[in-house]
Amino acid sequence: MQALYAQLLVGLINGSFYALLSLGLAVIFGMLNIINFAHGAVYMMGAFVAYFLLNLAGIGYWPALIIAPVVVGIFGMFLERTMLKWLSGLDHLYGLLLTFGLALIIQGVFQNYFGSSGLPYSIPDELKGGMNLGFMFLPIYRGWVVVFSLIVCLLTWYLIERTRLGAYLRAATENPTLVRAFGVNVPRMITLTYGLGVGLAALAGVLSAPINQKYFYPEASNTVVFVLMVLVLLVKPSGLTGRAA
Amino acid sequence: MTAITENSIPVTARNTKDEMIAFGLMTALLLVVPLTGVYPFFVMQALCFALLACAFNLLIGYGGLLSFGHAMFLGTAGYITAHALKVWGLTPELAILVGTAGAAGLGIVTGVVAIRRQGIYFSMITLALSQLLYFIYLQTPFTHGEDGIQGIPQGHLFGIFNLANPTILYYVVLAGFLFGFLLIFRTINSPFGEVLKAIRENEQRAISLGYKTDQYKLLAYILSGTLAGFAGSLKVFVAQNASLTDVHWTMSGEIVLMTLVGGLGTVFGPVVGAFVIIAMQQYLAGFGQWVTVIQGVIFVVCVLTFRRGVVGEIAHHFRRSL
Amino acid sequence: MKNRISAVLLAAALASAASGAAFAQDKTIKIGVLTDNSGLYSDLGGAGSTLAAQMAVEDSGLAAKGWKIDVISADHQNKPDIATNIARQWIDVEKVDIFMDVLNSGVALAVNNLVKEKNSIMINTGAASSDLTNAQCSPNTVHWVYDTYMLANSTGQALVKAGGDTWFFLTADYAFGAALERDTTAVVTKAGGKVIGGVKHPLNTADFSSFLLQAQASKAKIIGMANAGGDTTNTIKQASEFGIVAGGQKLAGLLLFITDVHSLGLKVAQGLNFTETFYWDLNEGTRAFSKRFSARAKNKAVPSMVQAGVYSGLIHYFKALEAMSGNPHDGAKVVAKMKEMPTDDPLFGKGTIRVDGRKIHPAYLFEVKKPEESKSPWDYYKVVGTTPGDQAFRPLSESSCPLVKK
Repeated sequence: MQALYAQLLVGLINGSFYALLSLGLAVIFGMLNIINFAHGAVYMMGAFVAYFLLNLAGIGYWPALIIAPVVVGIFGMFLERTMLKWLSGLDHLYGLLLTFGLALIIQGVFQNYFGSSGLPYSIPDELKGGMNLGFMFLPIYRGWVVVFSLIVCLLTWYLIERTRLGAYLRAATENPTLVRAFGVNVPRMITLTYGLGVGLAALAGVLSAPINQKYFYPEASNTVVFVLMVLVLLVKPSGLTGRAA
Repeated sequence: MTAITENSIPVTARNTKDEMIAFGLMTALLLVVPLTGVYPFFVMQALCFALLACAFNLLIGYGGLLSFGHAMFLGTAGYITAHALKVWGLTPELAILVGTAGAAGLGIVTGVVAIRRQGIYFSMITLALSQLLYFIYLQTPFTHGEDGIQGIPQGHLFGIFNLANPTILYYVVLAGFLFGFLLIFRTINSPFGEVLKAIRENEQRAISLGYKTDQYKLLAYILSGTLAGFAGSLKVFVAQNASLTDVHWTMSGEIVLMTLVGGLGTVFGPVVGAFVIIAMQQYLAGFGQWVTVIQGVIFVVCVLTFRRGVVGEIAHHFRRSL
Repeated sequence: MKNRISAVLLAAALASAASGAAFAQDKTIKIGVLTDNSGLYSDLGGAGSTLAAQMAVEDSGLAAKGWKIDVISADHQNKPDIATNIARQWIDVEKVDIFMDVLNSGVALAVNNLVKEKNSIMINTGAASSDLTNAQCSPNTVHWVYDTYMLANSTGQALVKAGGDTWFFLTADYAFGAALERDTTAVVTKAGGKVIGGVKHPLNTADFSSFLLQAQASKAKIIGMANAGGDTTNTIKQASEFGIVAGGQKLAGLLLFITDVHSLGLKVAQGLNFTETFYWDLNEGTRAFSKRFSARAKNKAVPSMVQAGVYSGLIHYFKALEAMSGNPHDGAKVVAKMKEMPTDDPLFGKGTIRVDGRKIHPAYLFEVKKPEESKSPWDYYKVVGTTPGDQAFRPLSESSCPLVKK
């Protein structure tokens, strides 16, 4: 019985973490209809940026939780502006192929410069240690991951569904021509959406840096993407088809 | 619906003269390879991948379906052929037959699941299925996991052709490639191929004309998978091993890359693309660390500026269909 | 020295015996470093292995004696078919005499077959599979640094001896993990220990918490990690988070390298036990080599045992060729000569090559230092046990290698 509780709790922890991870993918896919194959790569970049902030600038975990997603999000917007933008109007599969190529480049470059074994990053002192729940030992950091993931998911939902900006975003992807007629800068909306999705991936990267050595190891980040793609496709099987059947 | 390929293959019955000339040229070139001193194993490897890419192209170029899991056919047929040769001690022709049949069976099973969806969903489902298979092969004892099946005896084809001889092996592989290529060529120029093109252009209309489009797509999928498997069986004789890399999803990515570079939906594009990519892997191996990055750059450049591919651009320039 | 003089004398005698054939003793060598330059194992072998090969060539002093030695390298991308293609071309076109490194067991076994067929040579310093000198052994292959049997044997034996008599296994759920667990279990039981449980996890698991909880609950003194690569490093990182080592249990790695410890950092890796056959700070000889190596290496890294093996293997290969006073370009013949001569180099010390192609040298059980014990960069290990060469590897009596006469 004890083991069952422990496993359930671990399931909750993993679930919330994956939810955060797939959120960015879902945002990009849901709004832009692009399967972002580079999601694993930008996720890994988030962890790397956190590492550089700490080791080059002495900036710790907490600021990195904000800075890293912003930096990587800007990088994502740059990618959207310079490359993905030119694929609008073409079959969405080209978006998949392009991001696949980008993933190869990003992973290759990181691997060449930082090796294949990963880099160390430790849990911030405030979140070290654990609690004995009676049926299991819960590391505080895991608890933090659950709480933080849920908050971010809720905030993203609120941003897209309940704010004016979110309404613009949804409208811009639903019917770009009409929204443009209202004087909304549609390309900027799309760039922002992609940046948001990529930033969320990077945020998950920072969050996972202290517990998952592997995510510093560029190639393996792909395995994560698979889990996510399946998740995204299962969660929103209808309404997002976007194409005449 | 926007078609994935920008290479326009006329929907009406067409003149295949250009293609015939190109085919003759290609065959002649390939026939003299062993006399030129070009390293034959490189060409053999490239031929296997060329056939694989052609099989993949059949699905996307003419059926509009991008499979991101074609490595599963390559690997499955390879494993079965290798196992048949090494453990069951079958003759090469039987081993190829068993391997290809295995791929066909896999095509039927996965096709029934995958064909129900289109576009990105089809890609993702094929990807998921091939990943599933990858983990199965990682676990099953007969594949020997990460070690793979090694030291496969090549044997004598039909009891007379000694496949351990590189020149004989070369012509056997070439014959296999040409057989597969012609089969695909025949298919796309048959009434069946015309219906496929009609479905790609406008599935609704094809349905309204009374075609059972799902059945056509499934048949194309199975044929494509079977031929990909045939390529995998041939490859076993060239590489003398069967390993997990052939089922890994990066292999599926490479197949897409080859076809993209050569020209999606062109007849000869996949062949050219396969030679380019295999040559790159072979000759860039000395550059070591940058192979992945170079591959990624080619992907990006192709998608952004070069969507017709090498052959597609040439064909477009001369207004021919190749 | 004596050997060399006699070799020179012999060569002189042969030369003066007229006949152009003896005079034309071939003094060219081409070394092919076939490794993973871009993937998972590139830190372990990769460019560092090529550097080690170049250093071996420079240190051999053969160039001054009229030998012409070339080193080429290529990236096998961890794909057996690319590896066999490159290898075949190297043998047929480039006339490569010897293959070095060849990381990744799948690749190594594929090249092993080809090398035998073409009568070339492979000194494997990178692959873990003990099959290379067991069922798949070949008169053309020498397996230099380590193998899975030795790792399981040395780590299992030494830890039980040190009081770690109850074990719990975390095993990657595929053939490799199962083999590691099986081999280690045999050793532990034989040494008087007991395996009280185990759990299998899927390959490439992101989260080990539930498995670690079971390991913790088992109260076993030693938690054996029968997995590799990212799975092992993730297990270690998360075990530190769950306070497993702090709680008194010990983690034993069955396939772990200094590059992994470096990437984890001492804070996380401290207290970890595992076996390697080379460490840069073992003695004067290893320190001197590592200093020169690290000055030329990427990121100033010290040599891994795989890279050290490339150097050591080549030094011995050169000695054999010198003793033969020329390169006969006959793989089996050279390997037979290498097996005849005892090995001796500053990195692995004195040793031998067994009839099955297994290089014999001592194995060291290391414990990773606490952060405060580490005085300088890469100062990571302390030696806690040594298994002599003749006890570390699979005994010939248990071998299924056809080269072993029974």
